[in-house]
Amino acid sequence: MSNAYQIIKQPSGVQLNLKGDWLIDTGMQDFSQLQVELEQVSFNSIQISGEAIANWDSSLLSFLLQINAFAQRQKSSISYQKMPQGVVELIDLAASVPERSGASRSESQVSFVNKIGNSVITDLQEFKGFLSFLGDSIKSLGRFFVGKAQYRAQDLREILTDTGPSALPIVTLISILVGVILAFVGAVQLQQFGAEIYVADLVAIAMVREMGCMMTGIIMAGRTGAAFAARIGTMQVNEEIDALKTLGFSPMDFLVLPRMLGLVIMMPLLCLYADILGILGGAMISIFGMGLSFTEYWNQTINAISMADINIGLLKSFIFGLVIAITGCMNGIQSGRSASAVGDATTAAVVAGIVFIIVIDGLFAIVTSVLGI
Amino acid sequence: MSSPAIRIQDLTMAYGDFVVQKGLTFNINQQDIFIIMGGSGCGKSTLLRHLIGLKEPAKGEVFYHRNVQDEPTNFWQAELEIQRSLMRNFGVLYQSGALWSSMTLAENIGLPLGEYTDLNQKEIRELASLKLALVGLKGFEDYYPSEISGGMKKRAGLARALALDPDLLFFDEPSAGLDPISARLLDDLILQLRDNLGATIVVVTHELASIFAIGNNSVFLDADSKTMIANDSPKWLLKNGDEKVINFLKRGEI
Repeated sequence: MSNAYQIIKQPSGVQLNLKGDWLIDTGMQDFSQLQVELEQVSFNSIQISGEAIANWDSSLLSFLLQINAFAQRQKSSISYQKMPQGVVELIDLAASVPERSGASRSESQVSFVNKIGNSVITDLQEFKGFLSFLGDSIKSLGRFFVGKAQYRAQDLREILTDTGPSALPIVTLISILVGVILAFVGAVQLQQFGAEIYVADLVAIAMVREMGCMMTGIIMAGRTGAAFAARIGTMQVNEEIDALKTLGFSPMDFLVLPRMLGLVIMMPLLCLYADILGILGGAMISIFGMGLSFTEYWNQTINAISMADINIGLLKSFIFGLVIAITGCMNGIQSGRSASAVGDATTAAVVAGIVFIIVIDGLFAIVTSVLGI
Repeated sequence: MSSPAIRIQDLTMAYGDFVVQKGLTFNINQQDIFIIMGGSGCGKSTLLRHLIGLKEPAKGEVFYHRNVQDEPTNFWQAELEIQRSLMRNFGVLYQSGALWSSMTLAENIGLPLGEYTDLNQKEIRELASLKLALVGLKGFEDYYPSEISGGMKKRAGLARALALDPDLLFFDEPSAGLDPISARLLDDLILQLRDNLGATIVVVTHELASIFAIGNNSVFLDADSKTMIANDSPKWLLKNGDEKVINFLKRGEI
């Protein structure tokens, strides 16, 4: 490819003879090399001869277009001789519509300070969006309690089924395993003091105060929060949310409210269920692995937990339900109108849901320990 | 006859800093079939989103005249409740139909009926069947949107737009993606809706056949000057319009 062209300087201008194969398979010709050579000679016209060209494809056209653009910048004329059939027509076609000004997006250099500033502005806008969504959802809850919210009871039923009974198998599995793991961890330490019976205390308190609500929260964020974001995001892409709005329905009441209600009702129930199954998991290990009797374990468990422990767990699961519904629905509604935007919305919903759950759980741990509950 | 249904006053449409169209001032009269036309990317669909209350104008006003005797309502200055009640009077056919995918066709049509009327389930079902029959989809009541073809979705979307017997109908590219005969049938349907329901109809389209067949008034949006360059009936514009408009209406074959 090195000698695919030849430059001849003539009094009338520059003569450029192209020869050989011009095929993408054999590599594209680099124009910058020719540009350097052309810049060394002064000329006001270029004649391009294609007599010796054998085979050609788009690589030839691309090269000719670059010469064309270069000639325009130099304000010199360009003429073609004996070019293969169709080449000149294609060049004219490509050059006939001028580039739309401002349409080409070149990577502009943005300084580091600018980048920080831009990301702060975007974050602030997102935070504002979050606050206004939160306000709207509270207003929507207000309308629900005075009986003015527009939603379909059937939607609420479906969401209750989906967030309740349909979630039981996975919650069952995870809770029993968490109970089993806690019992094993406790047993190894407590056996050294001969205090195996305290495994019951450990499992009961850990499940009821922390693990029950946190594990259901994380399961539901991954399962239901993602489903909410994907469902609502797809509705956004499909103009279904616009259709709701133009028929006078509030998407907040119609889509977000039943999902919020569904999770807020079901999460505490799921949490209670997870608590019980976790304790059963712990009991299995203690009874079959360490030889405790069921009565012993049961009495120890009852004595270990107080109503306050259960209430804290339930309160947290209620808040987690709200958090999952809001992060899921918000990301769905604010989703862009493309497939990738829905994917991003779903990811953001799950990540935000899980992060909020753990942060809130941490805050609860600090506050309850300071208050001595 | 020619009292306005919608009045657009010095409307500027923008996405952030990017101005799509500016200085739009025109009337859509009662019982018009009003065509919004222009080349690709000139802001036709964006204008429609402004007219159906989905996007707030960067500048300017949109007035709706519900009755000749009533004071016009300035949509974007009105309270949310008034906006909602105005929007209930709109029927919108979206480009892809925008049917709610979790509901059957009958439920799609029945939802607004159930919300805004005191009809019982049986009556709603009957009305839904009627609307589906009007658009030639009798018997498809219990199908989900994913189970029917694109053209059928569009017709079902039209049936839903007709659910509340609206005075104002908006069509976003009704014939896009339809075969020529279906497109023609849809045009006939639009004319019948205007004649028999007395509705005012706004159509975004660039199908020339449709433009001449149904349009009695139009606005032409120009992407280069970012404003409207014609506002008259398409047939009149074909003879007396701006060079650009004639060029568009003749597919550039002058």
